[in-house]
Amino acid sequence: MTSPQTTTAPKTAVRAAPAKPVSPRRGGKWRYAGTVAVFLLPSAIPLMLYTIIPMLGSLWTSLHEWDLITDMHWVGLGNYAELLSDPQTLTAFGNTLYFIAGYLPLVYAGGLGLALLLNRAMRGRSLLRGIYFLPVITSWVVVALMWKWLLNPASGLVNWALGLVGISGPGWWTDPDWAMPSVILASAWKDLGFVMVILLAGLQAIPKEYQEAALVDGASAWQRFRRITLPLLSPSTFFVVVISLINGFQVFDQVRIMAGGNAQVVVTQIYDLTFRYGRAGMASALSWLLFAFVLIVTAVQIRAQRRWVTYG
Amino acid sequence: MSRKIMTTLVATALLATACSQGSATKAPTGEGGKTTLRYFTFSAAPDHVKDLDAITAAFEKANPTIDVVVETAPYDQYFTKLQTSIAGGTAPDTFELNYENFVTYAGGGSLLDLGTVAGDGDSSAYAAESLNSFKHDGKQYALPASFSTVVLFYNKDLFEKAGIEPPTADWTWADEQAAAEKLTDKKAKVYGDYQPVQFFEFYKTLKQTGGEFLAADGKKSAFNSPAGVKAATWLVSKVGKTMPTEAEIGGTADYDTNLFKSGKLAMWHNGIWQFAGLKDVPFEWDVVVEPGDSAKASAVFHNAVAASATTKNGKAAYAWAKFLSSSDVAANTRIASSWELPPVSDQQLLAGYLKDPKPANRQAVFDSLKSIALPPVIKRQQEMQDAVTKELTEAAAGRKSVDEALKSAAAKVDALLG
Repeated sequence: MTSPQTTTAPKTAVRAAPAKPVSPRRGGKWRYAGTVAVFLLPSAIPLMLYTIIPMLGSLWTSLHEWDLITDMHWVGLGNYAELLSDPQTLTAFGNTLYFIAGYLPLVYAGGLGLALLLNRAMRGRSLLRGIYFLPVITSWVVVALMWKWLLNPASGLVNWALGLVGISGPGWWTDPDWAMPSVILASAWKDLGFVMVILLAGLQAIPKEYQEAALVDGASAWQRFRRITLPLLSPSTFFVVVISLINGFQVFDQVRIMAGGNAQVVVTQIYDLTFRYGRAGMASALSWLLFAFVLIVTAVQIRAQRRWVTYG
Repeated sequence: MSRKIMTTLVATALLATACSQGSATKAPTGEGGKTTLRYFTFSAAPDHVKDLDAITAAFEKANPTIDVVVETAPYDQYFTKLQTSIAGGTAPDTFELNYENFVTYAGGGSLLDLGTVAGDGDSSAYAAESLNSFKHDGKQYALPASFSTVVLFYNKDLFEKAGIEPPTADWTWADEQAAAEKLTDKKAKVYGDYQPVQFFEFYKTLKQTGGEFLAADGKKSAFNSPAGVKAATWLVSKVGKTMPTEAEIGGTADYDTNLFKSGKLAMWHNGIWQFAGLKDVPFEWDVVVEPGDSAKASAVFHNAVAASATTKNGKAAYAWAKFLSSSDVAANTRIASSWELPPVSDQQLLAGYLKDPKPANRQAVFDSLKSIALPPVIKRQQEMQDAVTKELTEAAAGRKSVDEALKSAAAKVDALLG
C-alpha cells in the first residue's frame, strides 16, 4: 500500500537538497549537502539498486529479443510494434480495466460504509476496526487460497449457501466469465479495511461545527452527507482512488492464484511472457507500456482533482 | 502487490537469481580437490528421491573426486527456475531436459556439446533412436536418461462388479466409450473414464485417428481437419458424461490420481510413472495399451541429462550424465523402482522390468512402444501447448463448438509458426 511513497520520496528529497542551508559557517554548503546525503543514503541506495537500475535495465531489455537462455538480440522498437498489433495486449488491458471498474466502486462504497458505521460512538468500535483491517495485512496467497476454497464450484461454502436457497451457483474461477468477478470480490474484501482506515481519518478531520450548523438549519441526514461529508472527504477519496487505481493496474497475485489461466491481466501477461514463454524483451516492453499508461492516468487524475477535490 | 510494476518484474528476476545463487552456495564446496557437481531434476521428487540418492552414491563411490549435489523442483516450476538460473549465470552443471524442450535449449547455445568432453566414449549402451532424439545439428547435446509411455489404467474390481469384460489390446475408442458409459454411476460418484483435455492427449488421439498435427514441412498446422475434429470430439465428449467436468474437479491438485486411488475411476489414461504410487491401493488394477481409433498410437515422454555450456567441470559432467543415463546401477534402480524406463539397448536389463508382479500386464508398456506418437516440437513450444489446451478447454466447457475451437487453435499455432 505504499507505492506512491516509493515514487514521491526521491522528489521530496531532491527538493529538500537545494533548500537554504541552515549553517551560516564557511564551507557550510558542502557540509550541509554532505549531511543531507548521509541521511538520504539509506533510502537512496536501495532505491537506486532495486528500483531505478532495474527499471533502466528493463528499458534496455525491452529493445531486445531475449529468451533468458541465449544472448540478447537487438530488435529496436520491434517488441513495442508487435505488442501494439497483438490482440492479446488489448485483452490484457481490457481485463485490467474490467478489474478496476469492478473493484474500485465496490471497495470505495464498502470502505465508506464501514467508515461511516465505525465513526459513530458504539461498543467494540476499536475491535471492529481491527477486525476489518486484518485482511489488509494478510498475505495475498493466503487470502486468495481461502477465497478459492470459499468459491469452489463443487465444494465451496458460497455455492453451498446459494444451493440452500435454490440457486445453482456459477463456476466462479473455473469459468472464464466468472473468474474476474471472483477476483474482484476477493480483492474488494481484502482492501476494504485499508479504504476504511483512510476514510475514517478523513471523517474525523471534518469539524463537528459544520454538521451542527447544518443540523440547526434543518438539513436532513442525506443532505448533510451529500453537501458536507462527501465534499470534505474528497481529499481522502482522491488519495484512495489514486492508490486503488495504481494497485488495480498492478493486480497480479490474486489473479494468478485464483483464476490461473482463466483471466489474463497485464501483469500476468508480463509474467507469462517472461517465465513461461521466454520472451523477456516483449515482457519488458509491455511493462513500459503499462508504466506509460499509469503515468497518463495519474497525470489526468491530478489535473482533474482541481475540479472535484475540496480542501478545508 | 503495491510495488512499481516494472520493478516487480526485474526484482522477481533478481530474486529468482538470488535464490538459485542461494542454493548454489548451499552446496558444499569441494574439499581436498573434490569437484562439486550440481544436478537439477524434475523427475525425482517426490517419489524417487531415494532412488536417485542410490544412483548418486554409486557414482560417487566410483568417482571419489566428484561430489554430486542434487536439486529438485516440481515439473511446473522446473523450467522457470532453470531459465532464470541460466539467465543469472548460476546454471547447474548438469540438468534434466525433456524432449519437447530440448530443441529450445540446444538451439539456444546453452548446452555443452558433449562430444567435446566425451573422449572415446562408447555409446553402444544406448538404444540408438533414443540417442538420436537428443542430437541437434549433428552434435550430442544430451544423453537420454529415461522414457515413459502412457497406457490405459483400469480398475479390475469395478469392471467385474459391472459385469463388463476388461479392456484388451484390441479395444477401440468405441469399446472404451461403451464400457465407460456403463461404468459411470454419477450417484455413487463413480466415473467411467478420465483423459485430460489438453495438448498432449490431443496430438496423440489425433494420430490414433490417422491425423497429423503439423504439415509435412512443419511450417503450418494440419490439425484443423476431419481427423482433428474427430480426435477433439472424442476428448471433449467425455467431459460431463463419463468424466467429471472442470467445475466438478474445482482445480483440485492430483484429482484424477486420487479419484483412481479411491476406487471411483474405472479407466484412466496416464503414464507408467504412476506405477510406484499405486502399489498399495486396496483393489485390483492393471494396464493395457491405449485403445486407438483407426490406428494405435501411444505417447512417449523422453527425458535426458544435459550439461550447461558454462560449466567448469565438463568432464565430470559428462561422467555423471553417462552414469545416470546408462550405467547398470542406474538402469537397475529405475527398473526395480518402476521409475520410468532406462533407454538402454540391453534387452536383458529391460526384461527385469517384467518381473515385477504389479501391474500384471507390464508387457503392455513394451507393446505400446511399437507404435509411438512423439509430440510435435516447435520453437515456441509452450505457447503452442497453451493455445491448444485453452481452445480445447473452451470446447469441453461448451463455450465453443469443437469446429470453432480447432479453427482458432489452428490460427494461433500458424501465427506461432509464422
